[in-house]
Amino acid sequence: MGKRSNWALPYFIFLVLFVALPLLLIVLYALRDGSGGFTLSNITRFFSDGDALSTFAVSIEVAIENTLICLLLGYPAAYILANKDLNKSAVTAILFILPMWVNALMRTLATAELFNVCGFTLGKGTLIFGMVYDYLPFMIYPIYNVLLKMDKSYGEAAADLGATPSEVFRKITLPLSKPGIFSGILMVFMPTVSTFAISEFLTNNKIKLFGTIIQENINSSMWNYGAALSFIMLVIIGLTTILLGGEDREIEGGTL
Amino acid sequence: MTGRENIIIDIEHVSKSFGGNQVLKDISLYIRKGEFVTLLGPSGCGKTTLLRLLAGFLQPDEGKIMMEWEGKGGKADFRDVAGIPPHLRPLNTVFQRYALFPHLDVYDNIAFGLKLKGVPKDEIETRVKKVLKLVSMSDYEDRDVDSLSGGQQQRVAIARAIINQPKVLLLDEPLAALDLKMRQDMQIELKEMHQKLGITFIYVTHDQGEALTLSDTIVVMNEGKIQQIGTPTDIYNEPVNSFVADFIGESNILNGTMIRDREVNFIGHDFPCVDEGFGENVPVDVVIRPEDVVIGVSIDGAQFTGKVKSCAFKGVHYEMYVDTDSGNELQIQDYDAYEPGTAVEMKINPDDIQVMRKERTENVLECEIIDENHIEMLGEEFECSSIPSGADGPAKAHIKFSKVDLWDHVEDGVTTGEVWFILYKGDHYHLTVKTESGEFIYVDTDDIWDKGDLVGVSIQPGDIIVEAGNGQEK
Repeated sequence: MGKRSNWALPYFIFLVLFVALPLLLIVLYALRDGSGGFTLSNITRFFSDGDALSTFAVSIEVAIENTLICLLLGYPAAYILANKDLNKSAVTAILFILPMWVNALMRTLATAELFNVCGFTLGKGTLIFGMVYDYLPFMIYPIYNVLLKMDKSYGEAAADLGATPSEVFRKITLPLSKPGIFSGILMVFMPTVSTFAISEFLTNNKIKLFGTIIQENINSSMWNYGAALSFIMLVIIGLTTILLGGEDREIEGGTL
Repeated sequence: MTGRENIIIDIEHVSKSFGGNQVLKDISLYIRKGEFVTLLGPSGCGKTTLLRLLAGFLQPDEGKIMMEWEGKGGKADFRDVAGIPPHLRPLNTVFQRYALFPHLDVYDNIAFGLKLKGVPKDEIETRVKKVLKLVSMSDYEDRDVDSLSGGQQQRVAIARAIINQPKVLLLDEPLAALDLKMRQDMQIELKEMHQKLGITFIYVTHDQGEALTLSDTIVVMNEGKIQQIGTPTDIYNEPVNSFVADFIGESNILNGTMIRDREVNFIGHDFPCVDEGFGENVPVDVVIRPEDVVIGVSIDGAQFTGKVKSCAFKGVHYEMYVDTDSGNELQIQDYDAYEPGTAVEMKINPDDIQVMRKERTENVLECEIIDENHIEMLGEEFECSSIPSGADGPAKAHIKFSKVDLWDHVEDGVTTGEVWFILYKGDHYHLTVKTESGEFIYVDTDDIWDKGDLVGVSIQPGDIIVEAGNGQEK
């Protein structure tokens, strides 16, 4: 063991204290009942809890919708930003990323206030709008990154071999930007499933998301069930990551 | 050269600029069917730009490019390709770094063009197999392109282009990324491929050896202009100017004077030569290839003598530097070695003396007379003691090459410049310096400078000869 490995020690301690330990605590709480005995009932309770299940279904649905809209809006935006003929200045790219510099809660509160002033009824529409607004930069950035780094000669080679501009896009640009798309999807989908603040502010809690019921349980001191729900969500997010990321993750790519 | 028959591409007065920087200046060139043409020149000479104009990735600012085009009913006609996008042009490119599609395997990379054209699957398969065999890459169909070596990627890139049976294949420094041994093998294979396919190859390189080995015709380019077009033998034996002589092969480039037809004076001696029509007592550049100097301790008909300064073995021959009796240095190659210090005799056959008209004998710069003692030139104010009285306005300044002073510290000069090109002329260096104003000034010096050096440039007031009246004439 060289001396240099000691340098990693602070990070190791940090990891143990703030990542491993909390995860362990979540599992521990999820598998205990109120009096401290081992039980699986917290987990099984979720699968018989109609309320929780339907909230979960809504969360997934909202997350999918949000991710799709972000992708449909974000890809063209990233494409235009990364194309030097269409966008001559780096400032435009920064402007698109700029909202990420402002706290999401602030942005959401401000959006809610705007809706109130304009007299919109808060509901699913405003929820999706708020989510897209919050998460769009997370979709644009990784795709923009991949497109910007992509060797222009691939497109030229394809055109040289007889591909029309739209064929160049479908057969070369799009497949080669897959890593960025996957990163974008993960970075939008995962946090949307667990969000609760946006639904609280933008629907006045009319629409409950999975994050909301975890928060409610923890707030009303039902730590064990809350932990179990968190644990289930972690497993689901983990599975999505593996499913989506398994394919092309090793290609140089687009995470932040 | 033969006439203008069988032409497949005709480039007429093409110019191209990028952001005010002119990279191609009035290029005219025609390419015949089946020819192996090489565009040769140092980096930044515009050769790649010309190739990209042909492929259609760039459009010329001026001039036009004509290409033979398959018309209706298979009848070929000639067409201006301005505005025709790359995917419709009847040529294919092998890119410098290959640009193989990383998400496709070897088979799909090569089949890319045919699939786009909607060629039936079984035909694609036979053609891919055939072309893989041609580039000696059979059985590599399923390989990931990232798993291939540089040379193998190169072969796939060539296969991907030629499977479309283009009439013209463009190759952009295709061997630049390979190591020496591989490069030599690929040169031979490329030449064989060219003969087998019978199509036109347009090849871009900065490697003069490669150009000499491969080409039917070489187009030497520098600073956006064509310097010389000819066969490898022409270009090597009869370079038209000192740039070509210096760029192609090793050479001694010397200042000389054409005394009369068939007689030239250089390194302090008169030599019979075969050149005529220069006039009498005209300053010229003389090119002597190192292998063309006959050297020995005692030889018949010796024309001059010298002393060997250094001798190094180069594999087949020895390379020697010899100080001549007139104080010039000559590079000489011979199969026999002469130790440093040996007194030697030398002669040069009339056939082996290449005489070239000097592009210029002194600097002639545009200037503006400010007052009796000052002119504005190269964007700066110079002191000058030879201004004709009463003259003003625009004029021309004449400055001898040897009267331009260069300084290590740029502050010591009136203006600054960058050493752009260096020629060793046997007893001094002839430098081309690009000044801050973008103009070139030519300098003879004994000092050693490197290409790219930043230098201060100044001229003594008495060394600027101003020729007034340029403005009043009109």
